[in-house]
Amino acid sequence: MFLWIIKRDLLLAMRRRSDVFTTLFFFVIVVSLFPLSVGPEMNMLRTMAPGVVWVAALLASMLSLGRMFSNDYLDGTLEQMLLSPQSLSLLVLGKALAHWLVTGVPLVLMAPILGIQYDLPVDALFVLTISLLLGTPVLSLIGAIGAALTLGLRGGGVLVSLLVLPLYIPVLIFGSGAVEANMAGLGYDAHMSLLGAFLLVSLVFAPWAAAASLRVSME
Amino acid sequence: MAINWFKYSSPASFYSLSGKMIPIFVFLAVVTLIAGLYIGFFVAPTDFQQGEAYRIIFIHVPAAWMSMFLYVVMAFWAGIGLAFNTRLSSMLATAIAPTGAMFTFLALWTGALWGKPMWGTWWVWDARLTSELILLFLYIGFMSLQAAIDDPRRADKAGAIIALVGVVNIPIIYFSVQWWNTLHQGASVSLNQAPAMATTMLTGMLIMVIASWMYSIAVILKRVRVIILERESHTAWVAELRKKEAAR
Repeated sequence: MFLWIIKRDLLLAMRRRSDVFTTLFFFVIVVSLFPLSVGPEMNMLRTMAPGVVWVAALLASMLSLGRMFSNDYLDGTLEQMLLSPQSLSLLVLGKALAHWLVTGVPLVLMAPILGIQYDLPVDALFVLTISLLLGTPVLSLIGAIGAALTLGLRGGGVLVSLLVLPLYIPVLIFGSGAVEANMAGLGYDAHMSLLGAFLLVSLVFAPWAAAASLRVSME
Repeated sequence: MAINWFKYSSPASFYSLSGKMIPIFVFLAVVTLIAGLYIGFFVAPTDFQQGEAYRIIFIHVPAAWMSMFLYVVMAFWAGIGLAFNTRLSSMLATAIAPTGAMFTFLALWTGALWGKPMWGTWWVWDARLTSELILLFLYIGFMSLQAAIDDPRRADKAGAIIALVGVVNIPIIYFSVQWWNTLHQGASVSLNQAPAMATTMLTGMLIMVIASWMYSIAVILKRVRVIILERESHTAWVAELRKKEAAR
């Protein structure tokens, strides 16, 4: 069931590839806007890079949250999923992972190229990629709660940002903090461990909370 | 005499009980507010380091305490409402949120007013200020989620989930912000070592804390009464109440 959900969501995403690319290009455009607005001095850009890339990743992942449940909700599939004897939490976990594979992984793969534009050194690029790899699944998992709560509401898209962005703050702090620590010549192990801890905690609790939210929204 | 406490979990009996309680808390709030402000502004001595500007603590500190405490209380009642499906608990959570947000805003505002003469700037990205700001965001998220949902039962439950998720996250957010702050070593000002306070200052502050408590209880009870009337408007007891009011 779990694998089936992931496979199904990936298949649906592949049938509508433009959605995936929209998120990715949004990420690229936001990151490219910063040099245009603050000026092209390389030293400043280099110190800004981790924060800019992370904030852009946060926004990109958040914007695509609406798609996680809404299509299934509109055509009634979600109702059938709720009625199925399978564990709803597992199902939500599958959907969140599919969301990550569709939106998070492209961001992770794109980040080093954007980092080069910001003149990041090679090892910082490496740290940036790893931190995004650990952090973006957390964004999808926490986002699943927000997406489930705002299902079918008017103005759900803006509302989801109000609910989810404050909860993203720890991930943002340690994700960009890891890269900054690396560039400052400090170790980044602690940041990575904390990101890993966030990932584990959200893997356990977020699907459960999101499943409860889905039940509330579908009543 | 054994009191059946569960009696008051019914909105109808709570409505009449809270109606009797509100005047008491309003009275206490007014008395303590006047006493606290009098001690704060006329009795307490001028601080030798900070001059008169320190007097903002008589409002700032109670507001900051209430802002954090009320979030936990709100999440507690929302959680009770979610777990036991008690209508009144959820209404109470809804009634607490605006007061909590108001205190959060007040704490930030008075903090900025104090920061300008003391630190020379309205705002620093200090760990406490930042986490207070995030707390305001959490309150706003809770209120706007409830406002966006038309069905009150769904609004209660959805709000409860986001409040509980917020409560789990508050320590995480607080410690990340604190660590982020120490890593950056940005703000050189630290609030951590509070200078020893004169007893009158402390008394004034504590009386102001009690005043904020009484004010919060009074306002929240008043608001919950309005919510009860709004949601129970189809019931017989509200209709009777209306008849009584009209007859008077």
